Amino acid sequence: MDAVLLSRIQFGLTAGFHFIFPPLTIGMAWLILWIMTRYKNTGDAFYRNMARFWIKLFTVSFVVGVATGITMEFQFGTNWSNYSRYVGDIFGAPLAAEGILSFFLESTFLGVLIFGWGRVSRKTLWFASLMVAIGATLSAFWIIVANSWQQTPAGYVIRNGRAELTDFWAAVFNPSTVPRYLHVVDGCLMTGAFFVLGVSAWYLLKRRHIEFAQSSLRLALVLAFVSSVVQLPIGHYSGQQVARTQPEKLAAMEGIFKTQRRAPSLVFGVPDMKNEVVRAKIAIPGMLSWMAFGDVDAEVKGLEAFDKDMRPPMPYTFYTFRLMVMLGFGLIALTTLGLFLLWRKTLYGNRLFLRLALWSIPLPFIANEFGWFSAELGRQPWAVYHELLTSDAASPTVPAAQILFSIIMFSLIYSLLFAVWLFLIRREIQHGPEEEQATGGEAVAREVPA
Amino acid sequence: MSALQVTWFFLIGVLLVGYAILDGFDLGVGIWHLFTKTDKDRRTLLNAIGPVWDGNEVWLLTAGGAIFAAFPHVYATVFSGLYLALMLVLFALIFRAVSLEFRSKMPSPGWRKTWDVAFAVGSILPALLFGVAMGNILRGLPLSESKDFAGTFFGLLNPYALLIGLLGLAMFATHGATYIVLKTEGELAKRARGWAGKAWTAYLALFIVAVVATMITQPQLLANCKAMPFLWVVPVIALVAIVVTGVLTRKGQAGPAFVWSALSIAGLMAMCGTGIFPNVVPALNDPELSLTIMNASSSPLTLKVMLIVALIGMPLVLIYTAWVYRVFSGKVQLTADSY
Repeated sequence: MDAVLLSRIQFGLTAGFHFIFPPLTIGMAWLILWIMTRYKNTGDAFYRNMARFWIKLFTVSFVVGVATGITMEFQFGTNWSNYSRYVGDIFGAPLAAEGILSFFLESTFLGVLIFGWGRVSRKTLWFASLMVAIGATLSAFWIIVANSWQQTPAGYVIRNGRAELTDFWAAVFNPSTVPRYLHVVDGCLMTGAFFVLGVSAWYLLKRRHIEFAQSSLRLALVLAFVSSVVQLPIGHYSGQQVARTQPEKLAAMEGIFKTQRRAPSLVFGVPDMKNEVVRAKIAIPGMLSWMAFGDVDAEVKGLEAFDKDMRPPMPYTFYTFRLMVMLGFGLIALTTLGLFLLWRKTLYGNRLFLRLALWSIPLPFIANEFGWFSAELGRQPWAVYHELLTSDAASPTVPAAQILFSIIMFSLIYSLLFAVWLFLIRREIQHGPEEEQATGGEAVAREVPA
Repeated sequence: MSALQVTWFFLIGVLLVGYAILDGFDLGVGIWHLFTKTDKDRRTLLNAIGPVWDGNEVWLLTAGGAIFAAFPHVYATVFSGLYLALMLVLFALIFRAVSLEFRSKMPSPGWRKTWDVAFAVGSILPALLFGVAMGNILRGLPLSESKDFAGTFFGLLNPYALLIGLLGLAMFATHGATYIVLKTEGELAKRARGWAGKAWTAYLALFIVAVVATMITQPQLLANCKAMPFLWVVPVIALVAIVVTGVLTRKGQAGPAFVWSALSIAGLMAMCGTGIFPNVVPALNDPELSLTIMNASSSPLTLKVMLIVALIGMPLVLIYTAWVYRVFSGKVQLTADSY
């Protein structure tokens, strides 16, 4: 197999696996901050135990994110050295800034949040949880900056055979940075919220830790609802950016072969690549033109407007995008139902809802992955949109056999990590939060008052 | 050669020194991990680094990002050229990170033993391979006209690089052992003093052998010192710091011994820097092909922007890192929150 394809497989595999964890921990970090705020203000052991339980689950997930994140930073150099030479003047800066301005903050204060109980005051613990949440969310910003620059490069000039920076802020706030950042961070909040929601629902189903579970469930439900609903305008905003700046990606996502006015939005369809038509489609006429450009008569470019070898791989981009959107609507429906039940005061006893909430835990993760697939596949065949082809970006000196070896090793190691992570998460959940009487006064006695 | 390029050569040196000193003792603790027998001792070791290892590892990520940003050609050439070696380092670092966290989650001895081995191997391998990589860079990598690596994986396992690898391993082992002495009490501290003594002997011996080997086989690394004789102070400081580390360890002054051990690491790294400057990656086959701070750097604007980011960010990092070290200073106490 050729080295470029192998490097793509490896990057997809390692990035896809890594991307399971940061969304979860970023979302959870804000829920933990909320609980820590309650604990800081009340000093109530109930909130302390609640925070400590979620911090435990956070930590196990965080460490897998850290371990697999190192791979990401090395991989541009190991597998994509031509890319690194070409974009280093711009792409390296956000990665370094991520370390200096965000990741140090998150990692250092996480040490306090995990090990500081009994050593530092409640206020300091709260401050540490604030820094962890901010650090995590800022980390995502710099990573999205780097990735968005690949999608919609800006603030540079091609000089000395590479992209050179001319305007730092234009590169940082390139056309897709803000919509994509909001979209991803909101996806992170959803991931964390649905995780806490589902785990809490499980306790209620098992009739364990009732008070803890009800409190966590309510908190998570509110965040899950808000973040799911807010994703509608944010996702729309993100889609409009794609329409404006990456028309072939929009065409691939939406299944548009022919350039047309009154372009339809497809609820369902099966792209037939040979004949360049979408079969079995359920379409809303004019909807895409309206959503993309605010005008039902606006022209939407079809894939036919682009050379055959310059088109993104349509069926994958199309399906993954559609599945992400469907999952989003499903999650809105679920949380709306939850809020309705909460209002009717039947939420905690509604076993159907609790079961649905439990089984929804994986859905935001899957939506994240699909969204990422469609965003990155939609960028192909470019590594840097309209500047550098993916096929020209790989390392010229690394033999395919070595990449195959590392793919096999990554597959084995990551499978092991995933299995152990699932096992430990399940175990922690089954063990449940500390109950006040179980730990006795000892934990309280160790604590320094705020 | 611009002032910005020289500054970034220096700053990346600072980041790498920061990494080698801070994560260096984490790696060093990992080297000694399997030399302890009881679960309590092993937990003590893990908790000695527990609150800080993650922050320490960020120095490596930041150094990697900074090399990418400031000297993209170096990042591209070295990372793709040392592909297999770096993959091994990555796998090791992955196992080290998760074993720290996973080990304490189950009481079963088999479970703990598995992660103990993963933690130790995950520490020893990088501790050795970082030195091997440094040795190869000191010696020079075979480079092509297109700035790409032109050698083989087995070519990296040359005697000089392996010697520097062993020196690095001894350095981290000494540093880790002095850290353990600093953070533990009683029997464990006493044994760690023994480890520190043994590792230190190897450290000093390998340092002398490496210096002699460099003088004989890599005379090009002495060029800067010959041109500017005051630079001889760098190896002298390194040697003095190593010696003082040993003396203080023997005297039982754990804190100062650790500080001098850190200083010796900075001295060694500074020796590497003064040896290769203004090259970042010397070419083994033809000096003309070397990656220098001139031909491998980013544009002046990028270097300037990154300098501003570093000047704003790094003082803050140093302040809160120092604060966290103060919070967790003193001997390790195992509590309900420990690993």
